[in-house]
Amino acid sequence: MTRTDPLDVPRPHARLHFGVFFQGVNHWTIWSAPDSGSQIDPASFRQVAQTAERGLFDAFFLGEGLRLREVDGRIHDLDVAGRPDAITQLAALAAVTRRIGLVSTSNSTFNEPADLARRLSGLDLLSEGRAGWNVVTTDNAWTGANFRRGGYLDHADRYRRAEEFLTVARALWDGWEDGAVADSAGAPAWSAPGAVHQVRHQGPQFDVDLAPTLPRSAQGHPVIFQAGDSGEGRDFAARNADVIFSAHGNDFDDALAFADDIRRRLRAVGRPDDDLRILPGTEIILGATEEEAQEKKHWIRLQQVTPATALGIAGLLWGIDLSDRDADGPLPEEDPVVTENDGSFGARRIADPRAVVAEWRAKAQAYGWSLRETVIALGPQRGHVGTPSGLADKFAHFVRHGAIDGFNVTPYLIPDGLDDIVDLLVPELQERGIYRTEYTGPTLRENLGLRAPLTHRSAPDRRQAG
Amino acid sequence: MSGPALHLAVEIDGDGAHPAAWRRAAHSPDQLLTPRRVAQVAAIAENAGFTLITLDDGVLPPGASPDPVGRIGAVERAAFVAASTSTIGIAPVVPVTYAEPFHVSSQLASLDHISAGRAGWVVAEEERPEAARAWGRPLVADADARARESRDGVEVARALWDSWEDDAVIRSVATSRYLDRERLHYIDFTGDTYAVKGPAIVPRPPQGQLVVLGRPDRVPAAQLDVALVEGRDLASVATAAARTAAPHVFAEVEVALDTPEATAAERLADLEQHAPWTDRGRLRHIGSADQLVALLGDLRRHVDGVRLRPLVLDEDLAVLSRLVLPALSERRLVARPLPGTSLRSTLGLERPANRFAAAALATQEDAR
Repeated sequence: MTRTDPLDVPRPHARLHFGVFFQGVNHWTIWSAPDSGSQIDPASFRQVAQTAERGLFDAFFLGEGLRLREVDGRIHDLDVAGRPDAITQLAALAAVTRRIGLVSTSNSTFNEPADLARRLSGLDLLSEGRAGWNVVTTDNAWTGANFRRGGYLDHADRYRRAEEFLTVARALWDGWEDGAVADSAGAPAWSAPGAVHQVRHQGPQFDVDLAPTLPRSAQGHPVIFQAGDSGEGRDFAARNADVIFSAHGNDFDDALAFADDIRRRLRAVGRPDDDLRILPGTEIILGATEEEAQEKKHWIRLQQVTPATALGIAGLLWGIDLSDRDADGPLPEEDPVVTENDGSFGARRIADPRAVVAEWRAKAQAYGWSLRETVIALGPQRGHVGTPSGLADKFAHFVRHGAIDGFNVTPYLIPDGLDDIVDLLVPELQERGIYRTEYTGPTLRENLGLRAPLTHRSAPDRRQAG
Repeated sequence: MSGPALHLAVEIDGDGAHPAAWRRAAHSPDQLLTPRRVAQVAAIAENAGFTLITLDDGVLPPGASPDPVGRIGAVERAAFVAASTSTIGIAPVVPVTYAEPFHVSSQLASLDHISAGRAGWVVAEEERPEAARAWGRPLVADADARARESRDGVEVARALWDSWEDDAVIRSVATSRYLDRERLHYIDFTGDTYAVKGPAIVPRPPQGQLVVLGRPDRVPAAQLDVALVEGRDLASVATAAARTAAPHVFAEVEVALDTPEATAAERLADLEQHAPWTDRGRLRHIGSADQLVALLGDLRRHVDGVRLRPLVLDEDLAVLSRLVLPALSERRLVARPLPGTSLRSTLGLERPANRFAAAALATQEDAR
């Protein structure tokens, strides 16, 4: 990667934003390494959050689980599982961090707005304006089996519910006027008369009537994140979100195409096209030399895709239990079994297994790969591999050309996985002028350079961040 | 003196038990809903040597104007406090009248992990019809139906806490298995109004089961670790305590104490100009620290602990920590929780065996 003239680019002054995603489930977190720590000990969460804060990251993210993953009706036992409730864990982290944003993945299908909006407000106040909400949806009855509502939400309804959920949540967050609470114990009342508004909402999904119990934080509303990649998801993000997670951060052209698509959708709904931050999830593997980084990547992939994991992934693709096969041998000779439902929940679904298997066979034959090597080589190509200096140049190119606004880093190791990124990569980024040297402000919204919450845009507003 | 120590809990929601407590608070009203305030009150209670703090909650405002109408959720406050304290027990009030028991179970199990085994749960109910409208759920109208929701909610939470055996995470590098799925269990709960499949997403809490506190007339004794009993006088508290089958009984006691600046009666009279301190049929002590020490000494013959509800936290908590707890401690009537000790251990409650592990073991024995 050659260095571009910093000023001869569309966004010469763009800054890269980092978040860290504490993964919680899946095989990308290497639990088998000797220095891999506990996935549930509060010390692990604290260490990752504090390391990220030392590295001036914008945000610390937690995922959500509502049911343990299964394959063919049996609990999946190969990967990391078992994690805390996100908002509860983040409220604890609010006490031991000062500037980093705290973002909860919370489902709009299996929560209710009065409850979730209140919990997020509480986190926002306890962190003094550092809360975020990654809005996710579910439509399957399998997850519903753990909830009062049970059952099933039509696929089409999940975003409708999410959107109405957000409408109600925002009304609750806006239910208190700023300065509603008295600043003196001698005041006639604790809150100014009329400053707290009853929220009445009647819609297809929700029928809610209550007086909200919390004021807004310093950032106005929790920052809204969205992660769906479908057209529907992207439109939802364009209408509602402040930040979009994407899977488009690996290849420059792909990332730029995604960003252009998002900008188009933003303009279509009347928002400025720089109104959303685009943070693809990524893994970052660093080495002192290119060669060392590639060797490290190879080692990491072997830890992530163990023989059993390779057979599990292939089994999902083939629709056959392959657990007794040899992962280091050739690909299974059978044709994949195509069923309506692949029998896995919470694991990935494969749209056209026959086509994928055909591609796997062709590549494996051409390169002489074993099944495990094929799974590694043709699985999702995640992340960036290189030297701190090389990657800093690459990221500068990405961000200055508007392909991304930053990355949501998924460390492959807990709790030390961020150390080299913070210690080695961040200084290189700072040297190139694409990374902050101190936090912009006390709130997550300010650090991400976001404008005021969407419902606050029309009125002249002191929260306008520009 | 001999005998087991009395456990002291203190309720620290808002500015105190009196609706107008905020008028005598040491901070301005707009400081109530701040992290600094939340951490400060917990730190005072911990330093004073209380066994447990409880944090009241509900979806509706805590009171009506002109008194406070704001409150941060108890689980969020509890988690925040857990990270800024080290020995005190922490029990949020969580009603399950409308909430999702699966979420409640996860939140509380997480609190136990975060606090390294210092978490409890005060089971409560959303009694007002407005709560149903807030949640957007059908009204759970009568007391029996609410008790059913409490019973089912506690049953689900407790079953989910057991749905991971303690050693379910095996990290077996040799077999590539992170979990032993034989040590994970579906709970397959089916109640009158809903069903829950399980297992939990949170590994078993450090205490195995959190300490569950609740009213014995609302939650079956078999589901409680600590029954919270009420009575206007010592005799009725003693009667209520004797009737309770839960392992521990705590009495609810409202306190207003003499301070160097004003007597308890004066302080109360000041607040009563603004709003009445509603009589909820609880023992109420209005007077000196010494008298309270004596009362607690008497109560110790009938109950295992007392939950104090101070009139004004900023005033009464100071007297409790300067005069009451030291006096009790000197006479060995109370014991300060020790660092590194779970709430269960502090209370002298055993760590429960896992129901599923126990069942598996029994099956194995039968097979022999």
